[in-house]
Amino acid sequence: MKYIDEYRRREHVLALADLIRRESRKPLRIMEVCGGHTMALRRFGLHSLLPDHIELISGPGCPVCVTSRQFIDQAIALSRQPEIILTTYGDLNRVPGSSSSLEQEKARGGDIRIVYSILDALTIAAQNPEKQVVFLGIGFETTSPATAAGILKAQMAGLFNFSVLSAHKIMPPAMAALIDQGVNLHGYIGPGHVSTITGSKIYDFIPQKYGLGVVISGFEPTDLMQSVYMLVRQRETHRPAVEIQYNRVVTREGNLKAQQLLEEVFELRDDWWRGLGVLPQSGMAIRTRYADFDAGKRFSVEIEPTREDKGCLCGEVLKGLKKPTDCKLFGKACTPSDPVGACMVSSEGTCAAYFKYVTIQ
Amino acid sequence: MKRHTHILLGHGSGGRLTHELIKSLFLKHFRQADEHFLTDSALLDPGKGQIAFTTDSFVVDPLFFPGGDIGKLAVAGTVNDLAVSGARPLFLSAAFVIEEGLSIDMLETVVQSMAREAANAGVRIVAGDTKVVERGKADKLFITTSGIGQILPGAGNIARAAEVMPGDLILINGSIGDHGMAVMAARNQLSIGTDVVSDCACLHQLTELAVAHGGLHFMRDATRGGLAAVLAELCENRPFGIDLFEEKIPVSDGVRGMCELLGFDPLHVANEGKVVMVVSREKAPGLMDMLRQHPLGGQAAIIGTITENHPAKVWLHTAVGGTRLIDLPAGEQLPRIC
Repeated sequence: MKYIDEYRRREHVLALADLIRRESRKPLRIMEVCGGHTMALRRFGLHSLLPDHIELISGPGCPVCVTSRQFIDQAIALSRQPEIILTTYGDLNRVPGSSSSLEQEKARGGDIRIVYSILDALTIAAQNPEKQVVFLGIGFETTSPATAAGILKAQMAGLFNFSVLSAHKIMPPAMAALIDQGVNLHGYIGPGHVSTITGSKIYDFIPQKYGLGVVISGFEPTDLMQSVYMLVRQRETHRPAVEIQYNRVVTREGNLKAQQLLEEVFELRDDWWRGLGVLPQSGMAIRTRYADFDAGKRFSVEIEPTREDKGCLCGEVLKGLKKPTDCKLFGKACTPSDPVGACMVSSEGTCAAYFKYVTIQ
Repeated sequence: MKRHTHILLGHGSGGRLTHELIKSLFLKHFRQADEHFLTDSALLDPGKGQIAFTTDSFVVDPLFFPGGDIGKLAVAGTVNDLAVSGARPLFLSAAFVIEEGLSIDMLETVVQSMAREAANAGVRIVAGDTKVVERGKADKLFITTSGIGQILPGAGNIARAAEVMPGDLILINGSIGDHGMAVMAARNQLSIGTDVVSDCACLHQLTELAVAHGGLHFMRDATRGGLAAVLAELCENRPFGIDLFEEKIPVSDGVRGMCELLGFDPLHVANEGKVVMVVSREKAPGLMDMLRQHPLGGQAAIIGTITENHPAKVWLHTAVGGTRLIDLPAGEQLPRIC
């Protein structure tokens, strides 16, 4: 398949693995901060090709995983309003709230619909003028431009029965917070899709302030192996830097149109991240001028007090301080079909990836 | 009598409308004598030998998809459950749960498809049931089919996998994931242009050839849960494991493309015309050549081996040279966010 097979050639992957083995001397702890990378690394069995002293750690890059339980509780409260049709990406459906989940609310009669894009939600709004359609906006810069475009489109189309509950976040504050909170790392595999929008320049502070390298990577096996190799080179030569491996898509400046779109619709706010707590200027709130499309402002609903599960190590897992298998609930009380923590819910969550693709050494 | 254009609640009442529906539609297409069909049980004489009996319900949205429909699926699914048990399918029953308001033309198309598939497969639909539920209480049409088949000589242990042993080879009769992706693409919510067609088909002629070839230790059709589920279940709690070779597993470009787009794993995607076989090492190459001569086995491939090295586990040797574990799929696959 064009543009895929070229990046999955066994001889290239094994050649890169050989190069890494030959040139890597020092212990290397790398975090991938994108859920897509976590899954790709597991799916292709790339861990099994690396020497033992190179450790790949999964970070907080799964949008579902870092979403607060309070947000889920708020979404559940909205779904209980008879006039509301709640629309969401599928992954969010099974995330446990404090006492329920969207999946359970749907079974109890809540009008909750899984959509594949915000455009589907707009169509539902157009088809149901007597109802209020709320879209759950989650994700990083990968998905937030589409949400911004959806809000603008709703405004242009006069769809005032449409609104967004935003839990959109940006990645750099989390990457800084991990280091500030003492996570021991030598470098980051940077999120390729996010960087398509933002460009690489937003990570410049990481080598400058923290002395860690960032290699922005694609999602195919040769991309990831090459990114590891680039981080090996940085580590061995003591030259941490921001490098773009995914240069067929990512530039230093990024997608300026998408950035303008984000700037138009969203403004930064302090936001709560599962495992990391409140991070300053890390969340994306809908600007006041689009308040008509902000479900958080439009609907006043009673939200139950947020309860966290005892024993769930999602927070520690998200910071890379614990492995999923360190959690007593892993694979027992917490499985993908009956998840306790968000890391097990999302198909891109660290625990789900471990559960599904545990690498055989 | 007035010919209705849509199913009414009365069609499920057991009264005149029910009889009318059975006679004008089911009997017409299943070509059964009235008295045989309308008694409470079909009285059959299967002859000598062991009997296999199975049942399955079919729920699919949309009812019609590229390569098939719910009717074809309902016949092929039960025929295949019998076939992979080493049986020759003989008789089927068909029970319909119909939502009020379903167009009778649509129902007739489904029934015609069932009749055609059954005739092609050489099985007879000999009993049935009809229920109609209020609008909104079901999703258009649910079909349950049960089947009886006669176990082929020497095939009694195939379903139990009792003779599977290290060194055996694993075969599949063609590409995986076509059914699941064809249905996914046909759903209204997902407007993806693709040429993927369901592989929905009756496999019993193929499985009979395989049984006759000899050396066959296990068969199962890879339906929901896909190839991964069949193999994970095969070695669960068993003294053997499986080495599976990703590059040997046939996957069409259309399915690969859709899976890439949606973040699905083809190993977990449903099939309706694929059978996984475990065969002795010496018989495997001959069986693969034979399958390849059959219209439903053109892409047959040896995709793995039974091993004693890692009991109860399926290892996938990835196309790029890594290894990972294959487990039972958990829940429904959902498209990824980013």
